Amino acid sequence: MMNTDYILHLADNALILGQRNSEWCGHGPVLEQDIAITNISLDLIGQARSFYQYAAELLGATEDKLAYLRDVRDFKNCLLCELPNGDWAQTILRQFFFSSYQYILYQQMVEWPDERLAAIAEKSLKEVTYHVRWSSEWVIRLGDGTEESQARMLKAIDYLWSFTGELFTPASYETTTLNKQPWQQRVEDIFTEATLPLPGNVWMQTGGKEGRHTEHLGYILVEMQYMQRAYPDCEW
Amino acid sequence: MDIKIIKYYYGDIPEDKGAGGNGDNSASKEFWPLWEVFIRSKQGIDHKHVGSLHAADAKMAIENARDVYTRRMEGVSIWVVESKYIHASNPDEAASFYEPANDKVYRHPTFYDLPDELTHM
Repeated sequence: MMNTDYILHLADNALILGQRNSEWCGHGPVLEQDIAITNISLDLIGQARSFYQYAAELLGATEDKLAYLRDVRDFKNCLLCELPNGDWAQTILRQFFFSSYQYILYQQMVEWPDERLAAIAEKSLKEVTYHVRWSSEWVIRLGDGTEESQARMLKAIDYLWSFTGELFTPASYETTTLNKQPWQQRVEDIFTEATLPLPGNVWMQTGGKEGRHTEHLGYILVEMQYMQRAYPDCEW
Repeated sequence: MDIKIIKYYYGDIPEDKGAGGNGDNSASKEFWPLWEVFIRSKQGIDHKHVGSLHAADAKMAIENARDVYTRRMEGVSIWVVESKYIHASNPDEAASFYEPANDKVYRHPTFYDLPDELTHM
């Protein structure tokens, strides 16, 4: 049987980043980009649902129960996904780091023997391909833009970089390791085009995959789970 | 991120405003130009005008169009063109432009005798 912790990890990544991005809804810098980022949110939440549904079948639970009734320590998403949106630079850099990772992961997953995961990966890969393209172009646009946009990108790199190591640090329940090289190469290429410096080796944060989260996740869950906890099994 | 958007309408978009794709003038750093979007649907062979949007350059305009106008599977192909390159007829001249055609029914192909074998005309 497929490792359910790992499926939950995939689902939590997508759900929490989707929830984060959805905070931009109605607040995007311009109308067109407001729609773009919320489209990405919906793609991610859709992916999360596919994974939760699979995990729910294996665990004898429901997708709602897995998404809305687990607590902070049960969530297995990477820390990167739960970090605050900050400004537009921080949001798009977070998306760029994560989508580039997801792209490599799903590319491998389509070959996995688990047919269910392979199918989810195949469907999601088309979405993620666009997320990578969209976020890459924004990194270039802001990095190679004005003095202010570049300063904001540098600040975002400084804040987010130490959270990228966890993407490639296997958790106890992960049986496959992902080669970091293609990700590193992608980031290098885009940063070069964006005239942004690539950070050196720094100490990397970990813990999210094992349920040890930043202080931010609790607040996300409070907002996201409020309805289901206040009105259990509510429907509309 | 502080982006000022000034909306211009056809015919009054100044030359120096909103250069997109190839523009590197000072205006393009401050304003995002307006673009017209044309979408070809699965059934259609022509691109149809669907609306307009703001974008910094052609690439962004196509991506914005994808997100704004093809979310419900409307399209298989996108064209964008900067609005300032669209030249429109003047509504004030409608009378002299269009009304002279009103009494020229002979320009419609309705005066031919069709053979009986032709059913789908």
